[in-house]
Amino acid sequence: MTAIKLAIRNLISAGLRTWLNVSILALILILIIWQYGVINGWNRMALRDMIDWEIGGGEIWTEGFDPYDPFTLEDAHRILPTSFNREIEKGNMAPVLITQASIYPQGRVMSILLKGIDPSQRVIELPTGKLLEGHEGIPAIIGAGMARDARLNTGDNITVRWRDVDGTFDATEVNIVGTYRCNVPAVDNGQIWIPIENLRKMTQMPGEATLLITHQDYTWTGEETGWVLKDHDYLLKDIREIIRVKKVGGSIFYIILMLLALLAVFDTQVLSIFRRQKEIGTYLAMGMTRGQVVGLFTVEGAMHSILAVILGAIPGIPVLILLARKGFALPEGSSSLGVAMAEKIYPVYSAGLVISVMLIVVITTTIVSYLPSRKISRMNPTEAIKGKLQ
Amino acid sequence: MQNGAIVAVENLVKRYPMGGKHFTALNGISLSFGTGEFAGIVGPSGSGKTTLLNIIGSLDSPSEGSATVIGQSITSLSQKEAALLRKKYLGFIFQTFNLLPVYTVYENVEFPLLLLGMSAGDRKKAVLDALEWVGLTDKISSRPAQLSGGECQRVAIARAMVKKPRLVLADEPTANLDAANSHHILKTLLKLNEDLQTTFIFATHDDKVIQYLKRKITLEDGKVVKDVTV
Repeated sequence: MTAIKLAIRNLISAGLRTWLNVSILALILILIIWQYGVINGWNRMALRDMIDWEIGGGEIWTEGFDPYDPFTLEDAHRILPTSFNREIEKGNMAPVLITQASIYPQGRVMSILLKGIDPSQRVIELPTGKLLEGHEGIPAIIGAGMARDARLNTGDNITVRWRDVDGTFDATEVNIVGTYRCNVPAVDNGQIWIPIENLRKMTQMPGEATLLITHQDYTWTGEETGWVLKDHDYLLKDIREIIRVKKVGGSIFYIILMLLALLAVFDTQVLSIFRRQKEIGTYLAMGMTRGQVVGLFTVEGAMHSILAVILGAIPGIPVLILLARKGFALPEGSSSLGVAMAEKIYPVYSAGLVISVMLIVVITTTIVSYLPSRKISRMNPTEAIKGKLQ
Repeated sequence: MQNGAIVAVENLVKRYPMGGKHFTALNGISLSFGTGEFAGIVGPSGSGKTTLLNIIGSLDSPSEGSATVIGQSITSLSQKEAALLRKKYLGFIFQTFNLLPVYTVYENVEFPLLLLGMSAGDRKKAVLDALEWVGLTDKISSRPAQLSGGECQRVAIARAMVKKPRLVLADEPTANLDAANSHHILKTLLKLNEDLQTTFIFATHDDKVIQYLKRKITLEDGKVVKDVTV
């Protein structure tokens, strides 16, 4: 207790030197919490959007389907069994038929995935209802990213060429009846969505689908030959890996920031012990043990981080709450990076995040303060009293 | 150790390594000091005065011999026990005052009491009493940098005396002071010695101090050459 009292007195009396260190630590504390909050918000948004827009409660794939290998699409389609059709009628599943195709926007050729989906589905948030509105020709919806890349707008007609079940090329025009903004690249980039019945006719695959998306509140427990369930663990594996890598990347940034702050504290401690030898000798003469003096200097250093937490909380709490509510706007073009990114990210700060960051800052500052203070335990008190360098 | 002796040293030897050889700072010193003495170890620079004072103050250890301070053998004390001895029973006055620069006069004097874990009320009373002894009650909020040399040494005396120690060790307490301040401080110390029965041991070669001493022990080349009680 005495050490804390003395440390506070010494720190406050040290004036500008203390406040510079404390301010840097406070700023870094806020930056680390904000940065982790952004990553958390981004992760949560990416997982949520992927579930809402792409995979629902899980997917049931035809055997042999591999989303990363377009050549599997030729064979990865199968007539839906009766049990699935019953679940589709109940709204528990939405069938999707996928085929490779090409479009020719402004005279360019562009490979796409042509996806057929039930326009009345409510399993994912894709606005397929637009496909039900009366239009001439085949209605299609595309994502904002696809619209930008292909320079297509609502109302445009675009020629689509595909191969049917026998491998014969065919072509027709589809009419873009709407666009949607979606943060999931696999639902937007290079995708054109049309009613599944139209695609079945075009490809001569009546009653067939490549996969089924299940509703989030529904769990398929049955077994059907030629169909394989892919649950969240499997489907979210890649994005979770991306999140993990992102967290590692974020940690490097955070470690660099911390090192800079800790270097300042370390320097202050070294300088302090160098300049205050006479004071150290006096403490020893007055009856403090070496351990107590080491403790005093360590507490002094560690108090920088405690003061930083208090000082950081004053601007930090309102600013971080404001950012969590108003969101953090990403720069133009971020969505073309190929990972799920919203226009705005809303940072998420958990109590665990805030407490763990504060603890890490306090513990590391304490360690960094202790290391140079150990020198005191090797000092000769009679030399220290005279202020002789040791 | 003589009866009633607060300090007793026997055949004390202190050697320092110096360029592959040893320099003998103290060479077979045997002395004892009784309660309430106002004694001084005098002699030229390098005679071993400060070394002897440091050993008595448990800040240093002898190479040979024994030293007993307030019934405790310095040579057998652990670091913690030595610190406890200093904290409870010893007061130090240094040539360069050694005040804590960031503390006020009040806080400097209060410091030993904080270490003793005294309550805030008792601390306040003791600090104000000590500052009254040295005539600095009007400077309690000043910092050392705002005080003259004489005032700083008076603060150091108040700090050494505030816990009413049984033994005060003063190493050249007037070396940085002018004659007027030196006399003022010595009169203050003499009064405290008489009022509180605190034992004072000085290390000095200053004539101004020597004339106040009731016992003068002269050291030369690490040996006691004269021990005179006035």
